[in-house]
Amino acid sequence: MDASSTLPFLLGLAWLAPLVSFAAILFYGPRMGPHGRDAARLATAAIATSLVLSLLAAGVWVSNHPVVAVSHGGADHGAVGDDGAAGPGGAADGHQEAAAAGESAHGHADDGHGAGGHGAPLPPSYSGDWYTLYEAGGLTLSIGWWIDALTVLMFVVVTLIATCIHVYASGYMHDELHDVTDHEVTLADGHHLHRPGRFPRFFQALSLFCFSMLGIVIAGNLAMVFIFWELVGICSWFLIGFYFERHSASTAANKAFIVNRVGDFGMLIGLMALWGALGTLHFGDRVVADDLGTPVNRQGLFSLVRPPARGHALTVPDGMVAAEAAADVAAIVRTGAADPAAAATAVAANVEGWRSRGLGRWLLFVAGVGIFCGCVGKSAQFPLFVWLPDAMEGPTPVSALVHSATMVAAGVYLVGRFYPVLTPDVLFVIAVIGAITLFIAATIALVANDIKRVLAYSTVSQLGYMMLALGVGGWAAGLFHLVTHAFFKSLLFLCSGSVIHACHTNDMRRMGGLLRTMPATAWTMLVGCLAIIGAGIPFVIGTSGYYSKDAILAQALSFANANPGRGWLFLAVAGGAFLTAFYMFRLWFMTFLGSPRDHHVAEHAHESPDVMVRPLLVLAVLAVVAGWTLPGGFGIANLIEQARPAGTGGIESSGYLFPGLTIPAEHESHVGAVHVTATLTAFATATAGVLLAAAMYWWKILSPGLVAGLFRPVYTFLANRWYVDELYDAVFVKPVLALAGLASGADRRIIDRIIDGVAWSARRIAGIDAWIDRWVVDGLVDATADVTWNAGLELKKLQTGRLRQYVLFIALGTVALFVLVSFLYRTALAG
Amino acid sequence: MGESFHAAAGPALLAVWPISEPVSVAHYMAVGAVMFVAGVVCMAVKRNALGVLMGIELVLNGANINFVALSSPYLRGLGDPGGGLGLDGQVTALFVILLAAAEAAVALAITLNFYNNHATVDVDRGEDLKG
Repeated sequence: MDASSTLPFLLGLAWLAPLVSFAAILFYGPRMGPHGRDAARLATAAIATSLVLSLLAAGVWVSNHPVVAVSHGGADHGAVGDDGAAGPGGAADGHQEAAAAGESAHGHADDGHGAGGHGAPLPPSYSGDWYTLYEAGGLTLSIGWWIDALTVLMFVVVTLIATCIHVYASGYMHDELHDVTDHEVTLADGHHLHRPGRFPRFFQALSLFCFSMLGIVIAGNLAMVFIFWELVGICSWFLIGFYFERHSASTAANKAFIVNRVGDFGMLIGLMALWGALGTLHFGDRVVADDLGTPVNRQGLFSLVRPPARGHALTVPDGMVAAEAAADVAAIVRTGAADPAAAATAVAANVEGWRSRGLGRWLLFVAGVGIFCGCVGKSAQFPLFVWLPDAMEGPTPVSALVHSATMVAAGVYLVGRFYPVLTPDVLFVIAVIGAITLFIAATIALVANDIKRVLAYSTVSQLGYMMLALGVGGWAAGLFHLVTHAFFKSLLFLCSGSVIHACHTNDMRRMGGLLRTMPATAWTMLVGCLAIIGAGIPFVIGTSGYYSKDAILAQALSFANANPGRGWLFLAVAGGAFLTAFYMFRLWFMTFLGSPRDHHVAEHAHESPDVMVRPLLVLAVLAVVAGWTLPGGFGIANLIEQARPAGTGGIESSGYLFPGLTIPAEHESHVGAVHVTATLTAFATATAGVLLAAAMYWWKILSPGLVAGLFRPVYTFLANRWYVDELYDAVFVKPVLALAGLASGADRRIIDRIIDGVAWSARRIAGIDAWIDRWVVDGLVDATADVTWNAGLELKKLQTGRLRQYVLFIALGTVALFVLVSFLYRTALAG
Repeated sequence: MGESFHAAAGPALLAVWPISEPVSVAHYMAVGAVMFVAGVVCMAVKRNALGVLMGIELVLNGANINFVALSSPYLRGLGDPGGGLGLDGQVTALFVILLAAAEAAVALAITLNFYNNHATVDVDRGEDLKG
C-alpha cells in the first residue's frame, strides 16, 4: 500500500462525505421521509462513512509507520532519529521525493554539529495540493493536504465523536419532527411561539460543521485553514442560534460570532505578516515549475522557520530579516542599482549579520501571536472566552460537538500544527493566557448552578490547560489532552443533555437523587467526571485524563524548575486541578445523589431512550481507555509523538522579549523526579477536591450556604463571573453603542438636514419652473389653439350648405370685387 | 373696352331706343350680359337642381357670346398686323362649349345620384356637409 497516495485519497473522501450530506439535506431535506426524518439517517451515514474511512487511513498509517514507544532517556535519541529517518524516505510524496530526500540529507549532515544532540528527524508527513484556487506572483491559494500522525488521529477523533453525537442527536432532537411550541418565546399576543419543526435543518448544519472542522484538520496551508476557520464560525452561528426565536439564543449566536471575529482580526494580521515577509502560506515544501519550467523546491513555512540546513533549529527566516532591515536593504540596492544581481548577492551576504543583530524576531513574534489570537477566539481563551458559556443556548448535542471535537478544538489544534513557527516568547504568551484562562474559568465553575454552564466553564478551563501545556513546551501533552478531553467532554455533555432531556431544566438546584431513575446516565457521567479530574491509581493505571493531565503537570513543573521566576504557572495548574475536581463532583453529587429537591422534576425524570444511551456507553469506554498505551507501545500518546514537528521538543532558551526564558525539552518531564512529583500533586489535589465536594454536597458536613456566607464578596464576585461581561459591556459595548448613537445623530441632524435642504430648494425651483411652463409656454400654445378654434367656429357658420346662397355669395363677391377694382383703378389713375 | 363703351354706348342707348342703328359689337355684348345675369339669377333662385344647371348653361353661353363678339374683326381692326386667323374668341367659345358639355354630364350624374339618395332634386336639401 502506497501511503502517499492512499492517505490523501481516504482522508479527502472522509472530509467530503459530510459536505455531500450537507448539500443533499440543503436541497432535499424537507422531502426526506415524514418531516425530514431521514435527514438524520443521511447525516449519520455520511459521518459514519467518514469514520470508517478515517479508521482505514489510520490502519494504513500504522502499517506504514508502526507506533512504538518513545524512550525518554537522553541517550536514546539516536533510536528516535533512526526511526524518524526511515520516515522521510518512504514518506516522500511522489513529486516531493527529490526535495524531501534532499532535506533529510541536509538534516543528517548537520546532525553532528548543528542540532546539539537532537537528531532532528523529519516526522513522516505528506503534503500536496488537490486544487489551486488562485495563483498570482508568489501567492498561491490552494486546497491541499498536510497529513501526519496528528492529522490522522484528529480525523479519527472528530469523526468518532461526531458519529456518536449524530446518533444521540437523532434521538435528542425528535421534538423537531413535529410542530413545536416554544415555551421560552412569548409573542406579542401573549401566546407561546408555535412553529414547524426544523429537524433536517439541524442535521444540515451539523454536517457542514463536521466538514468545516475536518477541513481545518487536513488543511495544507494557512489560507485553507482560515477558510474553514470561518466556516466553523458560521456553523457555530447557525447551531448556537438554532432556537433563533429566543432572544437569548440569537444574542448568544451573534456574540459567539462577533467575539470570534475579534480573534480572527489578529489572525489576519498574523497571516499578513507571514505572507508579506515569506511569500507563502503552505506548511510543507512544494515543487513548482519556475519561469523556465524547471522544477524547483519552494520551501514551506515549516522549513523556512526551521531550516533543515540548520538542523531544524528555530531560525528567523531571511524574508523576515530582510523585511525588518528594510532601510539597510534599500541602502544597498540604491548604491548598487546598476547591477541588480550583485545587489541581491550583497543583501544575501548581509542577512546573516542582520539576523545576529536580532532583526526579524519581532516580525516572527507578531506572526505567532497573531495566529494565536485567532486561536484565542476559537478556543475561548482569556480574554475572549465570554462567548462559550453563552453558546449553551444551542441544543445540547451542539454544545457537545462545539466543546469537544470541533470549534474549540480547532484553536488548540492550530497552535499544535503551527508549533514549529512559534518562538519561545510566543509560547510564553500562550502559557500565560492559558494559565489565566484555566484559573478564571475554574473559579466561575465553582459557583455556577446551570449544569451546562458548569461544563462550559470546565471546557474553557481545560482548554486553558491545553494552551498552557503547549506554551510551556508540552507539545505532545497539550495535544494528548485535546484528544482525551474530546472524549470525556463530549461524554459529559451528552450526559447532561440526557439529564436535561429528562428533567426539562438546566438548574442543578432542582435536581438531585437522579441516580435511581437514570442509572445509565449517572454511571457514565461518573466515568466522565473521573476522567476529567484525571483519576487513577498513581503509577499503575488510570482514566484517559490521568495520563494527559499528568503529562501537563509534569511539563509545567519542569518549566517551573527551569524558570524559577515563573513558577506560578505550575501553581495555577495544580490549583486548577483541585478546582476541577471540586466543581465536577459538586455537579455530580448535586445532580445524582441525595434526595430530590424538586418533586415535580423527580417525577418526570426517566432514563433516556437507547439511541441516546448507547453513544454514552461508547464514549464512556473511550474516556477510560483513550489514554492507555499498550505493552507494544501502541497508544495515542506515542502516535502524537510520531508527528512531533522537526526540531521541536528540545530546549529553547532564547528569550527575546522575556529575558532568561527557557522552554524545557518535553522529554525532561518524563524524568523520574519531575514525573513522580507531578503525579503525586495531581493525585493529591484531585482527591482533595473530590473530598471537599463530597463533604459539602454528599455527606453535608459543610453547608454550602455557610461557606458562601463566609466568603460573601468572593462568592458574589464569582457568581457574577468576575464581572467580565459587565466589564466588556462598559468598556466596549456601551462606548460603541454611544459612538453609534452619536454617528446616527450626526447622520440625522446634519447630513439628513443638508439633504432635506437641497430637496426643498429643488422643489421650490421646480415650482417656479412649473409656473412658467404652465402659464407662459402652455399659455402661448393654448392661445394659438384657441384662436384657431374660435376662427373655425365662426367660419363654420358661413358654410350653410345652401347652394343658392353660395351662388349669391359668388355673384355678390364678383360684383364687389369688380367695384373695388374699378374704384381702385380710378383712384390710381387720378393719382 | 371700358372707356369706349361707357363713353359712346351709354347716352346712345338711351337716345336711340328702339333699334335705330346697325347691329354692333355692343349689341352682342348686351345680349351676353342679359344672358349672363339671367343665368346667375336662375342659379340663385332656382331650387330645382336642373334649373340651376340650366342657369349655369345660360351663364356659360352668355360668356361665349361675349367671346365671339369681342373677337369681331371690326373691333380688332381689319388686316390685323399681328397676323393669325383672328378666330381666338371663336376657339375659346368652342372650348367653353366642350367644357359645358362635360360639366353637364358630370352634373347630371351628380343630380341623378342625389335623386337616388334623397328622392328629390331640391338643392336646398343637399346640406349633409354643412359644418
